[in-house]
Amino acid sequence: MGQINKNAVQINATLISNKRIGQYHQLIINIGDLAIDCKPGNFVAISVGGDSSRMILRRAFAISRTSISATFGGTMELIVAAHGQGSRWLCEQSEGVSLDVVVPLGTAFGIPTESLPVLLVGGGYGSAPLFGLAEVLNARGCRVDMLLGASTGTKIYAPMEGKRAVNSLRIFTEDGSMGQMGRVTDPIPDLIADLNIAVIYSCGPMPMLAAINAITSKVGVVHQAAVEEAMACGVGICMTCVVPVADSIGAISMVRSCIDGPVMDGALVQWDKVGRAL
Amino acid sequence: MTSVDFSTTLGNSWFPSPIFTASGCASSGRELAQFFALHDIGGVVTKSVMNKARTGRQTPRMAETPSGMLNSIGLQGPGIDAFIAKDIPYLIEEKARIIVSIAGETIEEYSTLARKLRGVAGISAIEVNISCPNVENRGLVFACDADASRRVIDGVRRTIGGELPIIAKLSPDVTDLVSIAKGVVDAGADALSLINTVLGMVINLETMRPHLGGKTGGLSGPAIRPIAVRAVYQVHEAMPSVPILGMGGISSGRDALEFIAAGASAVSVGTASFGNPTALISIQKELKELLAIKGFTSLRDAVGFAHRDQAVD
Repeated sequence: MGQINKNAVQINATLISNKRIGQYHQLIINIGDLAIDCKPGNFVAISVGGDSSRMILRRAFAISRTSISATFGGTMELIVAAHGQGSRWLCEQSEGVSLDVVVPLGTAFGIPTESLPVLLVGGGYGSAPLFGLAEVLNARGCRVDMLLGASTGTKIYAPMEGKRAVNSLRIFTEDGSMGQMGRVTDPIPDLIADLNIAVIYSCGPMPMLAAINAITSKVGVVHQAAVEEAMACGVGICMTCVVPVADSIGAISMVRSCIDGPVMDGALVQWDKVGRAL
Repeated sequence: MTSVDFSTTLGNSWFPSPIFTASGCASSGRELAQFFALHDIGGVVTKSVMNKARTGRQTPRMAETPSGMLNSIGLQGPGIDAFIAKDIPYLIEEKARIIVSIAGETIEEYSTLARKLRGVAGISAIEVNISCPNVENRGLVFACDADASRRVIDGVRRTIGGELPIIAKLSPDVTDLVSIAKGVVDAGADALSLINTVLGMVINLETMRPHLGGKTGGLSGPAIRPIAVRAVYQVHEAMPSVPILGMGGISSGRDALEFIAAGASAVSVGTASFGNPTALISIQKELKELLAIKGFTSLRDAVGFAHRDQAVD
């Protein structure tokens, strides 16, 4: 076994920008040279609530993008929905505040060694890390097409500049308030056939990931899924964020999504056993 | 600042620092080793291991609560054979002092575990976890029953022999903790771990059902600290010569000193590591500074201090 989270560091990092984008907040955090080690699919664990907080656990967020600029050095971008107390606290923080972060964590998306046609599928704000991924895949020469879905249009995260790295972007909402009415998984079988898709990268709610896997498992397309399970620690010690996964000989075990994920081989995840006792 | 003798003992094992990981909150050490050197703390108490590999409970396995959290892992682990083959050599290589925590479903399973550990070199003590709340049958929480507790410890003691210290980990969810503590000490426990998590539940108001997959879970974190300090105080008062490894919501040097003053010879830091992977190191530093500020030249002088008669003015 290799060293776990070998690039992870706990640092105090400055929040340099906090902008509201529709339903979400875009946070830019200065993490210096650690940005170099952050790959699409990695995540960060942040302390919330301040020293006297009754919230004792870190909150995990996918890193949506990193950049190295002359002005700020290395930064990471997080797209945060102010859902619960912790994320609300984070979204209320002003520029200049110091945040206690552990970064980078988890297993990133695998990037193909050759240029292949790939499809990126995002649900809700789960789409955030897919834009950074699209840039990396694009640089590798891959043709990148993207599907985004949500229950309603206000929950779609699709920044203008993010669209540059994708060949096409189609949006699906269940209520038809943005893009086409329907589920994001509806067009996948046709797209696989038409574009000769080799890999699907997905990020979003577990039922969406399971639905994608039902399609990829039939046609033999590689499915790299960023799974979602509640985490207490983010660094592999609490054993709460487990997902049932089969190994090469078919034995199923509960695997930590913080260490062996969040990006997992969709073909090995036992989607029908998620949330059940083995 | 004067230097403080920070060393402590649990049974006949000596440790350079009284700060330990808590079982179930540090896996087998590898994950925290990314953040600090494992030999810099008193020791690593490994996650309770059973005889066979175990997958544990379904998710959700955790719920954050005010100043605490519920966990419902269900003793997921690799089984003792894989643990001895992979985890012990790693910890020895890291020069960590090792306390192996064991858990069983039957009295015989504890003895089997003890037999497998008896010949393993490099272990400082065995913590016998007879109080994990995340088992299917509450009747199997040995530490809720004085006779069952005694029989488990007796079996482990007979198997292990007289050398390796045995630390019995007890539950606060009992009416008379002191009588259970006395029972396991009579049966051969050299020390006590106080306390395991407190049984709790959260209802998810979206589903209107228990939030955790296993319905109930163990409450940990600062929310249970006063319960833990009370437990340490009561047991130390009754048996002042029995060393106690105190735990329950310790997240600062001040918290650790409360346990020590109540009667703990050492403390375990558990849930605090979830929120802060370097918590053990900062707590250790703060405790050392605090002891010096309070004028203690030795940690041992502070153990049980809260029980002493007030100095006459």
